[in-house]
Amino acid sequence: MIRGQKLEKRYGHKRVLPGVDLAVPHGGFAVVTGANGSGKTTLLRLVAGLAAPTKGKLAVEVDRSRVGYLGHEALVYRELSALENLDLFGRLYRVAERRERAGMLLERYGLWESRNERVSTYSRGMTQRLALCRALLHDPSLLVLDEPYSALDDAGVALLDLELEAAAGSRTVLVATHDPTRLDRLATTRVRLA
Amino acid sequence: MTYLADVVALTRKDLRIELRGRDTLPAMLLFVVTALVIFHFAIPDAAGDDAAYGLLWVAIVFTALLGLARAWVPEQEHGVLDGLVLAPCDRSAIWLGKALATLAFLVAAQAVALPAFVLFFEPLGVAALAGVLLADIGICAVGSLLSAMAAAGRARELLLPLLFLPLAIPLVVGGVGAAVSEQAERFLLFLLLYDAVFAVLSWASFEYVVTE
Amino acid sequence: MTDLSLTSLRSLPALAWITAAAMGLALVLALIVAPEDADQGISQRIFYIHVPIALTAYFCFGLGALKALLLLWRGEERYDLESYVAIHQGTIFGALTLITGAIWAKASWGVWWTWSSNQLVLFLVLFLFYCAYFMLRFSLDDGPRRARSSAVYALFGVALIPVSFLAIRLAEDFIHPTVFTREGPQMSGSMFATFVVSWAAVTLLAYVLYRVELTGKRLDADLRELREALQ
Repeated sequence: MIRGQKLEKRYGHKRVLPGVDLAVPHGGFAVVTGANGSGKTTLLRLVAGLAAPTKGKLAVEVDRSRVGYLGHEALVYRELSALENLDLFGRLYRVAERRERAGMLLERYGLWESRNERVSTYSRGMTQRLALCRALLHDPSLLVLDEPYSALDDAGVALLDLELEAAAGSRTVLVATHDPTRLDRLATTRVRLA
Repeated sequence: MTYLADVVALTRKDLRIELRGRDTLPAMLLFVVTALVIFHFAIPDAAGDDAAYGLLWVAIVFTALLGLARAWVPEQEHGVLDGLVLAPCDRSAIWLGKALATLAFLVAAQAVALPAFVLFFEPLGVAALAGVLLADIGICAVGSLLSAMAAAGRARELLLPLLFLPLAIPLVVGGVGAAVSEQAERFLLFLLLYDAVFAVLSWASFEYVVTE
Repeated sequence: MTDLSLTSLRSLPALAWITAAAMGLALVLALIVAPEDADQGISQRIFYIHVPIALTAYFCFGLGALKALLLLWRGEERYDLESYVAIHQGTIFGALTLITGAIWAKASWGVWWTWSSNQLVLFLVLFLFYCAYFMLRFSLDDGPRRARSSAVYALFGVALIPVSFLAIRLAEDFIHPTVFTREGPQMSGSMFATFVVSWAAVTLLAYVLYRVELTGKRLDADLRELREALQ
């Protein structure tokens, strides 16, 4: 599903990702660990398609429309409500029956009550939960999650655990995390960045 | 046509956000009317009637800059621009949606500014108004792209005017010419040419400005 | 790493000497040997320097845009630096165009600036545009974002050249600057020869400066990369 050889990313003369190899099969669960600044975020951005590698080869066997990405930022509009956000992204991702799907996700993640309130009123945990909904909205075959637990509240953590359990096996997952122990039993591939 | 549907969805999103926030459009309105008042005091009588049209265009360009500077602000919070870039829609649709929304705001501001201008200074004929509309298209097409470029850097409020103003010079020539010249059609055609060239350029190159 | 093949480095000093000689020859021809113009007198001699500099500036902007297009199309990093250096040279020569134009105006008509020369006004607009190009580069951090945005802006610049020229021509309709008559010089054979030599010399100068700056910047970049790698 994902095959990367000697992936390097440079911004000018700064090398943020030294040659990294990556191989994740379909349905695999890859956990990326490493210290701050080791390039975890950059690697995930490369896989998601937000940036192209400066050197090396990267092959991701899915098209943009099947990738769900959760970054350090929530990627939702502050001045729109949760429902409006999901409606917009649902349109852009051509999600069938997007209203129903959005509603279902919002309910599952405990955001149904506040679905019509602007994201600017949400707590950090709620925003991160919405970000997760956005990433899952189009039922992606590849989930790319950058430190998803970091901004979540307790309720969100439990929900994410459930989601990842379900995803392992049915989707291909690439997760960057500070805390490898949590996901260790699900991991089929481990990547350690210096 | 999913491309157009994407564009419409994006433009509506911008209109909705502005209607909720209500900060950019009122600011543009207030700015343009205040500018016109300043101009009354700024031109000596001997300058002649036509000078007023020049000042109208200065007011339009700077009001547009105000709106353009804020064009991508909603996308910068929570890094939403990445979310749009990730989506399967064509990246140029993001630009077009934004340009159309900005055009809507500019036209709305002018709906107040132009009558104010006629009240304070000189009448505006059909050619002059056509010039305004055609130039608006050019301003929003180029401006939306440049605004996205500037937004990625430091000192973006300083950078946008510098990038934009040289490109606005032909638009000012076209607009003023359409208002004062006997051969207004040449100026209108010129504005059409500008719009065609730079809208196509902006449309084609936006992808490269938002991806790495 | 830059491939600084020995041949390319070796040829630079030789080229530099040839350029210096060519410029010297051009200056001698222009200032001393060429016949004096009947109408304009001595001031006409600036023409031999001013016009080639203007043409070279256009050429550099064009080259910069071409490299920019290649960057966007092929994606190879080196085009970014090449585009930047070409535009840098173009801006320098553009500034020189404005300066020599001002000198010519002063010598011919006693004013340092006139709006009646469409050429000069065009250069002023372009100069402002390309100065903004550098502001753009300064405000973005090094990387693909900066390279691509610069490239797009460089393409806009090249589109602006004809559009601006057209605008300035059209503007004559309602802006009536004091028109100074100046006919294009009726060039005799030796005048034409002088012009050609001058043009060749200035082009060579631009090329050498381009190569020198490019090589210097590449070495700089390589050095920084090495430093990074050692950390």
